[in-house]
Amino acid sequence: MSYIAKPIARHPKLKRNALGLTHRDYEGAMSTLCAGCGHDSITAALIEACCEIDLPPHRIAKISGIGCSSKAPTYFIKQAHGFNSVHGRMPSVATGANLANRDLIYLGVSGDGDTASIGLGQFAHAVRRKLNMVYIVMNNGCYGLTKGQFSATNDRASPSKKGAPNPFDPIDLCQLAITLGAGFVARSFSGDKAQLKPLIKAAIHYNGFALLDVISPCVTFNNHAASTKGYEYVRAHNEALDRVDFVPLENEIRAELAAGETRDVLLHDGSTLRLNRLDADHDPEDADSALTAIRSRAARGEVATGLLYLDPAEQDLHATLGTTARPLNAMPMSELCPGADKLAAINAKFQ
Amino acid sequence: MSGVNDFVVRFATVNGSGSASANSIFAKTVFRMGVPVSAKNIFPSNIQGLPTWYEVRASEAGWVGRREGVDLMVAMNAQTYEEDLAAVVPGGWLFYDSSMPRIWPRQDITVLGMPIAEICAKKWRDPRQRQLLKNMVYVGAVSTLLQIDLDVLEGVISDQFGGRAKLIGPNMEAVALGRDYAAEHFDCPLPIHTRRASGAEGKILVTGNEAAGLGAVYAGATVCAWYPITPSTSLVEAFESFCNKLRVTADGEKLFGVVQAEDELAAIGVALGAGWNGARAFTATSGPGVSLMSEFLGLGYFAEIPMVLYNVARGGPSTGMPTRTQQSDILACAYASHGDTKHVLLFPADPGECFSMSADAFDLAERLQTPVIVVSDLDIGMNSWMVDPFEWDDARTFDRGKVLDAEALDRAENFGRYRDVDGDGIPFRTLPGTHPDKGAFFTRGTSHDEAARYTEDGTVHARVLDRIARKFETAATLVPKAEIVSGGAGAKDGLICFGSSRPAVLEAMDKLASDGIRVDMLRIRGFPFGDEVAAFCAAHERVFVVEQNRDAQMRSLLILEAGVAAEKLIPVLGYDGMPLTAEFVRKHLLKARPTAAVAAE
Repeated sequence: MSYIAKPIARHPKLKRNALGLTHRDYEGAMSTLCAGCGHDSITAALIEACCEIDLPPHRIAKISGIGCSSKAPTYFIKQAHGFNSVHGRMPSVATGANLANRDLIYLGVSGDGDTASIGLGQFAHAVRRKLNMVYIVMNNGCYGLTKGQFSATNDRASPSKKGAPNPFDPIDLCQLAITLGAGFVARSFSGDKAQLKPLIKAAIHYNGFALLDVISPCVTFNNHAASTKGYEYVRAHNEALDRVDFVPLENEIRAELAAGETRDVLLHDGSTLRLNRLDADHDPEDADSALTAIRSRAARGEVATGLLYLDPAEQDLHATLGTTARPLNAMPMSELCPGADKLAAINAKFQ
Repeated sequence: MSGVNDFVVRFATVNGSGSASANSIFAKTVFRMGVPVSAKNIFPSNIQGLPTWYEVRASEAGWVGRREGVDLMVAMNAQTYEEDLAAVVPGGWLFYDSSMPRIWPRQDITVLGMPIAEICAKKWRDPRQRQLLKNMVYVGAVSTLLQIDLDVLEGVISDQFGGRAKLIGPNMEAVALGRDYAAEHFDCPLPIHTRRASGAEGKILVTGNEAAGLGAVYAGATVCAWYPITPSTSLVEAFESFCNKLRVTADGEKLFGVVQAEDELAAIGVALGAGWNGARAFTATSGPGVSLMSEFLGLGYFAEIPMVLYNVARGGPSTGMPTRTQQSDILACAYASHGDTKHVLLFPADPGECFSMSADAFDLAERLQTPVIVVSDLDIGMNSWMVDPFEWDDARTFDRGKVLDAEALDRAENFGRYRDVDGDGIPFRTLPGTHPDKGAFFTRGTSHDEAARYTEDGTVHARVLDRIARKFETAATLVPKAEIVSGGAGAKDGLICFGSSRPAVLEAMDKLASDGIRVDMLRIRGFPFGDEVAAFCAAHERVFVVEQNRDAQMRSLLILEAGVAAEKLIPVLGYDGMPLTAEFVRKHLLKARPTAAVAAE
């Protein structure tokens, strides 16, 4: 059986959000990924994050490409429409969907193969266009669904399960995204929900392109002792540059904290991103500093995580194009069709 | 053949020299004198310095297809003198810049030399201005040779330059130089010349791409993504330009979004994403783009997502002849993508249909929940055609298809995205964000059941494919019906054509009638074929299938999809990249007629 519905039994004391929903209302079908797959932990973080910030589930659109990661949207928020498109092409589908209705929240779910190999071009251009979306890469360094070939994000030193060395340097999607102009760039680890959840919340509220590159071990093909994308390695080498707290508009608290350690960034929609810096050398609002932090950690074999880069000047494609604030898909045809009387002048031009 | 209001003038120039504008001014002037014209721009895939031709046919009888043979050659490009000389019909004329005099090795034509470069050098000092105005000097000379009304020419020039006196003045001076020289040195007018006529009255002169771009505006398209490619680029440019005039609110908000994508794969992905989300969305491309878009077309077919793709076809295979016309993407469009995939196609024949079929295409896409491909070509898309003015009926309603809103979802029992409720093969869809807990589904290119859930159950898979096939039977009843033109009662010969072949075919039928051969025409306007197509074939002893490709692709489609016997369908094929001529159709049809049949009649 290829589709497994989840039983809807729920504990009566489950915490409810402002919409009266529990996190069970943000679940999807039963996961068919391998037991222990990092992707399922990201899915769980997504479910909790969306519930905790009171997102109406049906106002979310989940869009993915092809691969294990791209299956994941089936496993959360079943009241949201999903679109499992073609390999590496999620960004273009998300672009079109967003153009048609700017009022929905677009969660793009992709993998390292889907994004860094076949979809690198579309990824780059969605970043350039500053599409307002959350782009989640469930990054395990390999092609799970075709049994463990290296992907373009796998570290050069990191061998395959059978011990074959990876001969190529990795593509670092965070560095790439910063270089290409992404406004919100974060890296996290599927095994660190405490870090991941607030990053998801902040990314959703960010008006512009938000990348979440989440290291998500493939338990079946890339979780061996020598792998740099395995649980053991990432746990040992995860270097958080900061801690992020997300404060929705209505809950805003202005607690006094020691200057220099914590920075509040007011987002476009009025919510606040509270940034607790752990690395004094890293200024997340400076692209060069962010790139240096990522590179210097990587050179030491560490994985820099947290909010790596944030451009407080949020921008999105609709502003660039000057499109109406109303969703284009809801425009009445009477407003879109110029009508017969306008044709006389047009015909005259061709006479 | 040739005479008053019946001639072909060909301008041979160098591209990037400003000649295109001058040449189109000439065509427009003849048109405004009321003479039916067709203008064919035969241009290189290059920006500057290569040979380019512009051919204008005037036909008071109203034939707007291309005609073979050049009556007056305006030879302004020394690179192509030899072939330009050869193209002139016996008894014709060749006009050239005699600043560098030469001997033309033909006794059967009249050579008219005017030292244009010399005259221009004396008149203007700025080399760029000299180069641009040189074109208007030959237009002036030709206008006198052909007895063109100066006031009409001046009106066209004034419109071309938006009434700006600073530009109109020098251009009219250049025209006067040419006119004065011609009047003084040549025997004007030539036997081929113009006179005021009425055949073009009330008509418009427009390209198919402008018409299709405008059509997409009228059809309510809001999202367009594209990647530049000749010859489709001007379609999107027209859409955007019309939108900027017609679709911007008083507050400056745009009621449309155009994205120039990074490639054709992304362009169609954007269109599908927008179509999935309920906007009328489209992309435009040519053959190479169709190849790249094939994967997404398969997804659109199987996941049942509306969108419109304009394919302005050019010469293939591969990069082929990017600036020449062909109808060689028929099978690539009909069956684009792997697996059992089939697409709805529309075949406009001229800019008029590029406009009207745009609204049809978006209606069909949403009604049938599938990509609809409008198959135009370079000849229609980029050349200026004389057609009736665009018309729009404000009473026209748009068909937004089977979309359930929140209220309908509340009433609906047992919603299933891919369930055939009405028996027409068309399921109901919902848009993201519609209802808090009803109607959400997962769109996927993987096999799915009626509730849009992933399945590997072969029975379910086959059932869904059968249902989509049923939807295509419905499509055959909805696409525009074929145009049928009788060649006279009891004609045994039938002829099938489509798209830009129409004017050449109609003219050929007229010529064939003079030969004593009656031929009925059926022009295909949509695919899947309506019943009238097979009926037409059944009603004729033999059917010539005229198309602009090597492999008789439409003929194959007729055999495969309309069940017509192969031996009944006789191919008539032109694929040199030039717009079809009546003479070509007539000649090849006569040659292809079975000798036995000819003897019997």
